[in-house]
Amino acid sequence: MAGKTLYDKLWEAHVVRQEADGTALLYIDRHLVHEVTSPQAFEGLRLAGRRPWRTDSVVAVPDHNVPTLGRERGIEDPIARIQVETLESNCRDFGITVFGMDDPRQGIVHVMGPEQGATLPGMTVVCGDSHTSTHGAFAALAHGIGTSEVEHVLATQCLIQKKMRNMRITVEGELPHGVTAKDVALFIIGRIGTAGGTGCAIEFAGSAIRSLSMEGRMTLCNMAIEAGARAGMVAVDQTTIDYFAGRPFAPQGALWDQAVAAWRELHSDANAHFDREEVFDAAEIAPMVTWGTSPEMVVAVDAAVPDPAEEADAVRREGMVKALAYMGLTAGTPITAIPVDKVFIGSCTNGRIEDMRAAAAQIRGRRVAANVRQALVVPGSGLVKQQAEAEGLDRLFVEAGFEWREPGCSMCLAMNADRLEPGERCAATSNRNFEGRQGKDGRTHLVSPAMAAAAAIAGHFVDIRKEGK
Amino acid sequence: MEKFTALEAIVAPLDRSNVDTDAIIPKQFLKSIRRSGFGPNLFDEWRYLDQGEPGMDNSQRPLNPDFVLNQSRYQGAQILLARENFGCGSSREHAPWALLDYGFRVILAPSFADIFFNNCFKNGILPIVLDAASIDRLFAEVAAHEGYRLRVDLEQQQITTPSGASLTFEVDPFRRHCLLEGLDDIGLTLQHVDAIRAYEAQRRAEAPWLFRG
Ligand code: SF4
Repeated sequence: MAGKTLYDKLWEAHVVRQEADGTALLYIDRHLVHEVTSPQAFEGLRLAGRRPWRTDSVVAVPDHNVPTLGRERGIEDPIARIQVETLESNCRDFGITVFGMDDPRQGIVHVMGPEQGATLPGMTVVCGDSHTSTHGAFAALAHGIGTSEVEHVLATQCLIQKKMRNMRITVEGELPHGVTAKDVALFIIGRIGTAGGTGCAIEFAGSAIRSLSMEGRMTLCNMAIEAGARAGMVAVDQTTIDYFAGRPFAPQGALWDQAVAAWRELHSDANAHFDREEVFDAAEIAPMVTWGTSPEMVVAVDAAVPDPAEEADAVRREGMVKALAYMGLTAGTPITAIPVDKVFIGSCTNGRIEDMRAAAAQIRGRRVAANVRQALVVPGSGLVKQQAEAEGLDRLFVEAGFEWREPGCSMCLAMNADRLEPGERCAATSNRNFEGRQGKDGRTHLVSPAMAAAAAIAGHFVDIRKEGK
Repeated sequence: MEKFTALEAIVAPLDRSNVDTDAIIPKQFLKSIRRSGFGPNLFDEWRYLDQGEPGMDNSQRPLNPDFVLNQSRYQGAQILLARENFGCGSSREHAPWALLDYGFRVILAPSFADIFFNNCFKNGILPIVLDAASIDRLFAEVAAHEGYRLRVDLEQQQITTPSGASLTFEVDPFRRHCLLEGLDDIGLTLQHVDAIRAYEAQRRAEAPWLFRG
């Protein structure tokens, strides 16, 4: 008999009931909530006279709309302010834990959750946000849901789901110098495409994945959604377990030991069956830079902007032509010859302490290039910010000409004041380079934190493998 | 939720792959705490020539004449013909809300992004997956015939073209049932309160660390 995959185990442990056609009620252990996708759900509950099923499973935080400067003045945009206030009043009315804007634990929901131990191995985790896949790094089954589902989970503690297919992506070997989890994610998406994982839960496996820190695994799982998969995950190992010791929501004492024993089972069996398998060699991966308007439009930093004329498929070719026009790029231009106007270091992909350290390490006494109008560093949470400041990273950034901001989503999606102006080109550590994502007609190149910082210093993309170690 | 049984309507073609939810409804409109009113800002960056902000009088804004929904032959369209991986990107349900508010009840594409696909059903929109060849043929027919209409029948799982040709489509039986009846998922799930309680009690015994706080 075939063994079980990690996803099979997580799924089976949470099925409340299942219909003959496979539609299941899946029990949800942790529900994370932010201000943008929850107001209509709370309103729906009220209109139907319903209460949340289990308020202790819910943790809320405003992140998308919060300003990253001058927080003491509150939110100036009245519409955004109402949305953040609505989250706080909904949480107050229903008795839900919320980390408000002036709480040091406030941050991007996907940074805050694991940091607090609110996400634990073996849990089902949902949030009205597609990057909930991040939490799968801890061998949790984590998916993004829509607002109707936010309301459904609030009211019933369950999600209506059909089981996805099992896919495994294995990366074996040692990652070369200068290559990070972000590059692995972009590399994989470049190979399998943005719809490559549609309908699948992806397990990331192999020695290169096991060698990643929890931060790196989160970066990778974060971008599973950019590969079309609603959930990405990594099996539990000692790195996973060590991460949780002493976190506020994590179990302690005898309960800790009991939990750890259960967590150690959270891996695919040796003879488990996967519907799809992809295997990559870590040695092949270089620092990656996107050149287009979809994360799959990506090449290695030492390559050039590709030529649509070489694409055989007509729809794809047309897409490339449109993307190059939008990005203001010419086929054949070396990536390292592309200058940048702005740099954004942050987001739920790369806003954690390791990312801050990797970016700071590129500075080495140099300053942001004169052609770079703005270089923003936005820590993913208040606690990341505190830690970075304790290490003196904020001073390194500020002395080099970067701006050191308050935590939030910021220029990842530009719902607050941090945005690109039309035509501006940005090296960004976030996860989406869609048209208009960082501001109308803004041009986004997705890269790792080290690559973004190096681009800020040089004024254009550089191959950090060729820089001193 | 509004029921969906059958519909005959004008088809608007959106000939791009990987249309993401940021394109369907840009983020500045996500600040609203309401579920309605997103229609005028559907595809905002493609539809208008200026930068859209919440609270603007959209009827006064300059339209992009090249954008398909601004062409007179597609006015009143309720069926959107799209390309692969439609609705990728963020989980924002504002995307189906905007499509619905504009008037779309059916989306035809060779493939959809998972979360968007799911969100459509929760809002009375029927997303239909057709093979790439059928989609190509429909794009050609829509382009060739002004006023091109399709009839979509959910009960029969059938699409009928103006020439009388028909295409069948697959739909998940549970989702079909909910759409046909206009059923509210929460009400259905709450019929199983006992099963949820029983699961919860057992789980609390097995994995008590999941129930702290
Ligand atoms: S940082 Fe960006 S991708 Fe992450 S939750 Fe915020 S807006 Fe979404």
